[in-house]
Amino acid sequence: MKSSMGKWFSPVILIVLLLLLVALPAYVPSEYTVILITNILMYVVLTLSWAIFSGPTGYISLAPAAFFGVGVYASAILSSDLPLPIVAPIGGAASFVLAYLVGSLTLRLRGMYFTMFTFGLVELVRNSLHWWEVNITGTVGRLIIAADNTTVFYAMVATFLAVLFASYLIRRSKFGLALRSIGESEEAAAHSGVNVNRVKVVMFAVSAFFMGATGATMSMRWTYIDPTLAFSIQYSFMPVLMAIFGGMGHLYAPVTGATIFSLLEEFLTTKFPYYYMLLFGLTMLVVILFMPYGLEGVIEKWRKKIKTGLRDGHETT
Amino acid sequence: MKLLEVAGLNKHFGGLAACTNVDFHVEQGEILGLIGPNGAGKTTIFNLISGALTPDSGAIAFKGRDIAGLKPHEITRMGIGRTFQSVKIFSKMSVFEHVLLGHHFGKAKPLKKKEAKEEAEGVLEFVELLKMKDSRAMDLILANQKRLEVARALATEPELLLLDEVMAGLNPTEVAQAMELAKRIRERGITILMIEHVMKAIMSICDRIIVLHHGEKIAEGVPENISKNKTVIEVYLGE
Amino acid sequence: MVVQFLDIAIGGLLTGGIYALIAVGFGLQYGVARVLNIAHGEFIMLGAYCTWTLFTSVGVTPLVSMLFCAPFFFAIGFVIYRIYYTPLRKSSESPAVFEGNSMLASFGLLFVVQNLALITWGSPVKGYSYLAFPIQLSGAVFSANRIVTLIASVFLGSAFYVFLLRTRIGKAIRAAAQDPGAAELMGVRINRVLALCFGFGVMMAALGGLLLSMTSIMLSPVMGMQYTLIAIIVVVLGGLGNIKGSFIGGFILGLVGYIVSSSQPGLSMVAYYVIFLILLLVRPTGLLGK
Repeated sequence: MKSSMGKWFSPVILIVLLLLLVALPAYVPSEYTVILITNILMYVVLTLSWAIFSGPTGYISLAPAAFFGVGVYASAILSSDLPLPIVAPIGGAASFVLAYLVGSLTLRLRGMYFTMFTFGLVELVRNSLHWWEVNITGTVGRLIIAADNTTVFYAMVATFLAVLFASYLIRRSKFGLALRSIGESEEAAAHSGVNVNRVKVVMFAVSAFFMGATGATMSMRWTYIDPTLAFSIQYSFMPVLMAIFGGMGHLYAPVTGATIFSLLEEFLTTKFPYYYMLLFGLTMLVVILFMPYGLEGVIEKWRKKIKTGLRDGHETT
Repeated sequence: MKLLEVAGLNKHFGGLAACTNVDFHVEQGEILGLIGPNGAGKTTIFNLISGALTPDSGAIAFKGRDIAGLKPHEITRMGIGRTFQSVKIFSKMSVFEHVLLGHHFGKAKPLKKKEAKEEAEGVLEFVELLKMKDSRAMDLILANQKRLEVARALATEPELLLLDEVMAGLNPTEVAQAMELAKRIRERGITILMIEHVMKAIMSICDRIIVLHHGEKIAEGVPENISKNKTVIEVYLGE
Repeated sequence: MVVQFLDIAIGGLLTGGIYALIAVGFGLQYGVARVLNIAHGEFIMLGAYCTWTLFTSVGVTPLVSMLFCAPFFFAIGFVIYRIYYTPLRKSSESPAVFEGNSMLASFGLLFVVQNLALITWGSPVKGYSYLAFPIQLSGAVFSANRIVTLIASVFLGSAFYVFLLRTRIGKAIRAAAQDPGAAELMGVRINRVLALCFGFGVMMAALGGLLLSMTSIMLSPVMGMQYTLIAIIVVVLGGLGNIKGSFIGGFILGLVGYIVSSSQPGLSMVAYYVIFLILLLVRPTGLLGK
């Protein structure tokens, strides 16, 4: 009884929420809320993207900041000539290519080498761009033709819907199966016919695409960028923290984690500038040690307890 | 018809010669046993055939095609399936998902979603795991996990199935069931190459047996002759 | 010609010595304690800042500060491992899971330490000058403080090497590096040894930072990450778990860095990364690795 009700609930609630989201700028009193929701969506997209690849495979990428930054820079370069709906996918494509390259080279190796390489990728790209700007372009940093908040909001909504849809499709498809099998045993997956390297590289690149598109979109809110602003390791830390805190089993988990932490950041950043990052670092430590499956793990444990509580007379084997 | 032909196969790791000049073939439709003391190189040969390892020298031909050096997923799609000595199941995935994976990726021509589902259920029924299709692999007992590995391999539509100690760790009832399953697999037209330590099983279901020791083939023949072979007896008693 | 060569050689060594030291520390943490400590650079930064504070507020010279910093940071590392990584290791289902978790935890630790530094010292860059007079060596000119850092890092590295070879604890560490299970069976108190290794790792990071601060570079709370990367690359270059390798790798990288910086400042990181990439493609086990 309860489960059939549950099946009804979710899609309807989802659609209602989505409609509310899309119509937001119309009924909300201030620009501030629009900006806030845009920020939340940014983190939600980054977290969902990260979870697409790193969730099932267990290959921990610390590169989101690099792909985000590439998108930001693509936008900076193109924003004066092209409109946002075109710039965003281009930013995504640039990140896709970079991720494909990096993935092809490092995903054949042990997971730790991949992680180490992605960790440095942010610094590497930042350094290279900085050198390029100093020595070749002559000016460090660029001005961006900013877009108004509502446009950026809608762009982020579109990106969010895209990554949500992509995540959903991938999970339900044979590639979702393949990704999970890779996470459990690459050797067994390969012997079941999965082209392990190809699946890893493509999925890694797909996740990077959305990060790049997000960067390209969000950069339209800044008027000036330079390599240091665009490539900040914080944009690698936050999605990872949000995914670890939220969990990655069901789709609601990373979305929830991202929402909670974006709100926290929003609230704390003005009052306690360095302290909030300190708090987030501590949160990561606490979650890893005490909540290995994140908030979702706790929630699912509850749900199970309630379910078995309701099925009082039933034996399950 | 020689389904698989191995000639002059060599593989060493550092100073250790895991496999030296091994020659043998597998006839289509037979159940060929591969035995030998621990460390004899049996699993290495499986790894070389399945593509997990590349030989240093020698040839491996499957249905006339040279497969040495190909990647595991390519070899699987060509028609060779395998199980693993230490069970490599996908712990958190369901029984059904294991077989579905094999169907989608391991076949030469993957099926559409609905037919894949039906075929997957068919395979599960064949190995008698259909009732547990939604159970998580890690929750199964060992005997069923081994069946699951077999099912996953069968889902890739192999012509040759490599079974690596599929009876290890099973009680006598389970061993008998496994032997039954092997015979039914052969009846389906699938050729089997099996590594086994359970002598009773090997002797009763294998058509031929190959004996390895220290990476070299020391005997080959029908079970009756192998059981009387002096060298083989020495090798086993000497351990 | 000879002068140029010597200039490059010595210049590379000067940088390389510190690289080698921080790489050895990182290698201990990853090779033995199995923690990919991406917060390593933050302890380097802390060591540098502590030295700066001791020098500018209390007037303690860096070399003397070593006597305080070494045990202090060793203790910090030891305690961190004991109260956090040891229970994490126990609750992790497998070594692979622990590796992943401990790396993520280090990521959190990075932000904790970095922001503690930001709160304590603020973001504007700092620096101090110590032994900044020039010394001539075979025609090339170097700052005295850099030569002192080279001597110090070689001394520290060698001292540690001897420690590993001759003392009981050192032997326990080497046993644990080879095979933790077997070492435990032979009576080695694994938890203690791993914590010691992590402590030594942090200590070496801090000492590396101390030496770095002596070379008149600008200190900033965000300076740590690049040194973490350098440590990673050196360890991969030299071979995991190989102290000699870390030393050789450190000097090689220092040399490369010096050469690249002389012609194209700002590209040394890129050069290091190219080396990293080539290594991963061609020989991930490193120069001296198995």
